[in-house]
Formats: sequence, C-alpha cells, structure tokens
Amino acid sequence: MNYHGMRAIYRFEMARTGRTLMQSIVSPVISTSLYFVVFGAAIGSRINQIEGVSYGAFIVPGLIMLTLLTQSIANASFGIYFPRFTGTIYELLSAPLSFIEILVGYVGAAASKSIILGLIILATAGFFVPLHIAHPFWMLAFLLLTSVAFSLFGFIIGIWADGFEKLQIIPLLIITPLTFLGGTFYSISVLPAPWNTIALFNPVVYLVSGFRWSFYEVADVSVVLSLFMTVAFLAICLAVVGWMFKTGYRLRN
Amino acid sequence: MRPIIEIVGLSKTYASGFTALKHVDLEIQRGEIFALLGPNGAGKTTLISIVCGIVNPSTGTVHVGGHEIRKDFRATRSLIGLVPQELTTDAFESVWATVSFSRGLFGLPPNPAHIEKVLKELSLWDKKDSRIMMLSGGMKRRVLIAKALSHEPKVLFLDEPTAGVDVSLRKDMWEVVRKLRDSGVTIILTTHYLEEAEEMADRIGVITKGELILIEDKAVLMRKLGKKQLTLHLHERLDALPESLSAYSLALNSDGQELIYTYDIQAERTGITRLLKDLAEAGIRFRDLNTTQSSLEDIFVDLVRQTQ
Ligand SMILES: Nc1ncnc2c1ncn2[C@@H]1O[C@H](COP(=O)(O)OP(=O)(O)OP(=O)(O)O)[C@@H](O)[C@H]1O
Ligand SMILES: [Mg+2]
Repeated sequence: MNYHGMRAIYRFEMARTGRTLMQSIVSPVISTSLYFVVFGAAIGSRINQIEGVSYGAFIVPGLIMLTLLTQSIANASFGIYFPRFTGTIYELLSAPLSFIEILVGYVGAAASKSIILGLIILATAGFFVPLHIAHPFWMLAFLLLTSVAFSLFGFIIGIWADGFEKLQIIPLLIITPLTFLGGTFYSISVLPAPWNTIALFNPVVYLVSGFRWSFYEVADVSVVLSLFMTVAFLAICLAVVGWMFKTGYRLRN
Repeated sequence: MRPIIEIVGLSKTYASGFTALKHVDLEIQRGEIFALLGPNGAGKTTLISIVCGIVNPSTGTVHVGGHEIRKDFRATRSLIGLVPQELTTDAFESVWATVSFSRGLFGLPPNPAHIEKVLKELSLWDKKDSRIMMLSGGMKRRVLIAKALSHEPKVLFLDEPTAGVDVSLRKDMWEVVRKLRDSGVTIILTTHYLEEAEEMADRIGVITKGELILIEDKAVLMRKLGKKQLTLHLHERLDALPESLSAYSLALNSDGQELIYTYDIQAERTGITRLLKDLAEAGIRFRDLNTTQSSLEDIFVDLVRQTQ
C-alpha cells in the first residue's frame, strides 16, 4: 500500500478546502441558517409538532442530510474532475498508486469535509432549537455512511463528466429534487395517497428517515431498511467504481 | 547487465482508430542519455506515456528495471520521473507544496533536505513560497522538473524540456541532467533541437509515423557524419572520370559540371593535396570549390523524407 501517496492526495484535497473556506464551510452554514430562519422560525411557528417533535427540531436531520449529499458530491466530483481538466492528472496516473488508493485519497477527503460540515451545522442548529440525540452512535454511523456513499457517487460523476456542465447536471437535476421531495422538511406520512407510496421509490427518504430516527426515534420507514438502503447505495457505487478501475474508463487511453 | 528499459513489439491504436505506434522495439541501457527525435505527431509522447503508465498499450510489452509495467506497476513507476511536454501545473499551490506533494504521491516519506536541494539546483529556491500561477512559463517548466526529481527517480523522461525555454534555463537544465547522469540516472529526452541531441545524447533514435527508423550510437552517427565533401565546380563539363583518377572516391554529378570528393576528416591524410595535383596533371581545371559537412539535421531530414 502506498500510504504516503494516499496521504498526499488527502492533504492536498483538505488544503483546497482550507483555501476556499468561504465557499466550502461558511456558505453552507449560512444557507442552513437561512433555512432555520425561514422554515424553522417563520413556518414552524404555524405548524404543530410532528410526532411529538417541534418543527424546528424536526427539520435538523433533513437539513444536515441535504448538506451532506450536495457537498459530498460537489467536493468529490470537482476533486477528481479538476486534475483531468487541467491535465495534472498525468502525475496521478504515472505514480505508483492503485485506483483504490486514489479513491481512498479523494473520497476520504470529500467525506471528511462533509462530516465536518455536518457536525458544524449540527452545532449551528443547536443555537436555534433544542437538540436531542437519542442514538449518537447511529447518528454518526449514518453521517459516515452517507458521506462516503455520496462522495463515491461524486467521484463517479467526476470521472464520467467531460465538461463542467455535466459536472453540475446530476446534482442539479436529480439530487436536489430528490432531497427536497425526500422528506427533508416534512414527514412523508403527511403526503396524500398515492404520493406517500411513490415517495418510497426515492432513496433519499431512507437516508433522512434513518438519520432522523437516530435523533428523535421517529421514522417514516424502519431503521433497518434505512440502513440497508444506505449500504446498498454504497455497494452500487463501489461496484461502478470497480468497473471503472478495471476498464480504465475515461482515465487511461 | 539487463537494459533498464526493454520495449518489445509495442503498438498503440487510440480509441479514435489512429495508430500512433507500430511495433516498436527499443532497449535503453542503464545510465545512458537517449535522445528520441521525430517530427510532430511521430509518436514520441505516446511512447513515453505508455512507459510511464499514462496510456495503455494496445500490444507489446514494456519492462522497466526488469519489472513489467502493468503487473509490477508500483515497482516500475517508482523508478520513473516524468517531465511532461505540456505545462500542466496546479495553480494555487506553492512551489514547495506541489513538489512535496509529488514526493508523497510516489510513496516516499517527506524529505525537506532533498526538496531543498532540487529547488536550489533548479534556481527555484527563492520562489519556493510563490503560488505556481504567479510564475512565468520557464519557471513553471522548472517546477515540473523539480516535481519529477522529487522522488529520486532512476529513469527520467524529459518530453521536449527545452520548448519555450531561454538560454540560461537550458544551460541550468543540461547541468542538472549531466549531474543526474553522473549519479547513474538514465535519461530519455525528446527534442526538436538537433544540436541538443548532438551535444547531450549517448544514443539517438529517430521515430516517424509511429516507427523507429533508426537507433544509433551518437559516436557512430558522428563518424558517419564525420565525412566531408569537397565539391569542385569545373570549367568544362566532363563526360566521364579519367582513368588516372579512379583510385579516389570521386563522383561526377549528373550534368558533369561538378566533381565531388568524399573524405574522412578524422583520417590522418585527407588526400586533398595529391588529388589537386593529379587533377592538374589530368588537365582538369576548376572555377571554384567548397566543402560541406552534413549535420545530424541533414541526416534526420533525409531519413524522415525517405520514409514519407
Ligand atoms: N488521445 C488521443 N487520441 C487519438 N489520437 C491521439 C491521441 N493522442 C495522440 N494522438 C495522435 O497520435 C499521434 C502521435 O502523437 P504524439 O503526441 O505521440 O506525437 P509526438 O511525437 O509527441 O508529437 P509532438 O512532437 O508534436 O509532441 C498524433 O498523430 C496524435 O494526433
Ligand atoms: Mg509530444
């Protein structure tokens, strides 16, 4: 194993975050705070408690998930796409690094950033609403699994994309709608039929539900199912990455 | 000893269907400087990219230091440093950070003393904290060289290292290259400047349209080039060479106006004095004379033209 190589990539990526602190840390925190103000305070005052949880507190896990998904994808896809775009990828390809090691470097860094960001948002939320975390271990487990899975997904997009447009298109056209429709701001049980059934085809529902359960022990779907879906998504991403590795897809001519 | 690089039957057809390399065989000896010459699009960069692991070969095998480049990629790539043709660098990192990063990528623990040495040799030391994007093109080239040397490679590929580089950097660079060679590093460079190959290389290879058409010791090549031609422009055209001059390696050009004498400048006697005397005795008079020495450039241009 090339530990120094993995560490070099990881630190390079983390340093990039440090340089773009405004963009990568401050702006997600500000936008999340805005959600709290708008949804939590303004709308929340008119909404009764949902399953015994105040609305402001109820949306915290969903907001964290929203950030985790978008940031994991954005960071990981940009991280690997940019060297391809500038040509500095030559060095990565000529280094004694296996694809797995490259993956660990980039995905590890992207996931770390998301986790840090998620925890920062959690702390920020604590200023607005009283927080209660029933299962800290599972909270962290969901945080970790989701960050890794969606960083992997972002990595795949970063390799697949052959232009900045493609880099944006999946997060914009698929991930954002799925998150907003995935019970981030509401419990899907409030949806009328048949939408509450259709919602079950949205994978984000399972992520948000499981994560929310670790806070308040309320869930739209069973936790085991949530966990299963998260791990399944992770496994699918790993399989795709494995295939890319075997074929040298878009990396080596 | 086994050659440090062994390339056997290497071909490359790109996804576009274009065949950039056609069955190339090449051996590079340990510690030599090998210059790869060839016109634009000949396949030089493709060849280098395959050995370095950036491009997958279509057929053929490559061994570096006795290891196969795909099966033992860790071993082969650790041995190799590459300075690419294009100026592809990060933008926001400092010089120090990017060179240290390269060392890490190649699996080595940090060694500030080595990085310092490399930066000083390349006159980059006072720029070590500058962001790369603030540097001039020539300085970026130095950074690329520093990155390639950061992990102490045993084989160094320089893909057109002197393109867009001023005289002082070129001198610095050759100084570094010579030092590396003296320390046992094998160097493969491509260049369009033939004087460079002539000055630096131990052996020279010429590639055109994906085929290696010549591999020769520079010394042998220079001996071939060591031939000089004396051209005598005659007063009256000759139909044939007189019998009395048949001992000389003389040629008459097609219109009979010029007599061409080829001789070896390294020989003790060139035979010119005797030839001129014999010419006078044969009653051949000439208006003018000139001598030419073919350069590596002539040979190269001839070779490339022949294959087209
Ligand atoms: N990715 C690619 N896809 C298709 N064709 C390619 C690709 N890369 C290079 N080629 C073609 O392969 C041929 C050889 O290219 P290569 O870059 O190896 O030439 P070169 O000898 O390095 O030329 P130069 O002196 O201009 O650098 C060229 O005709 C080029 O157009
Ligand atoms: Mg080239």
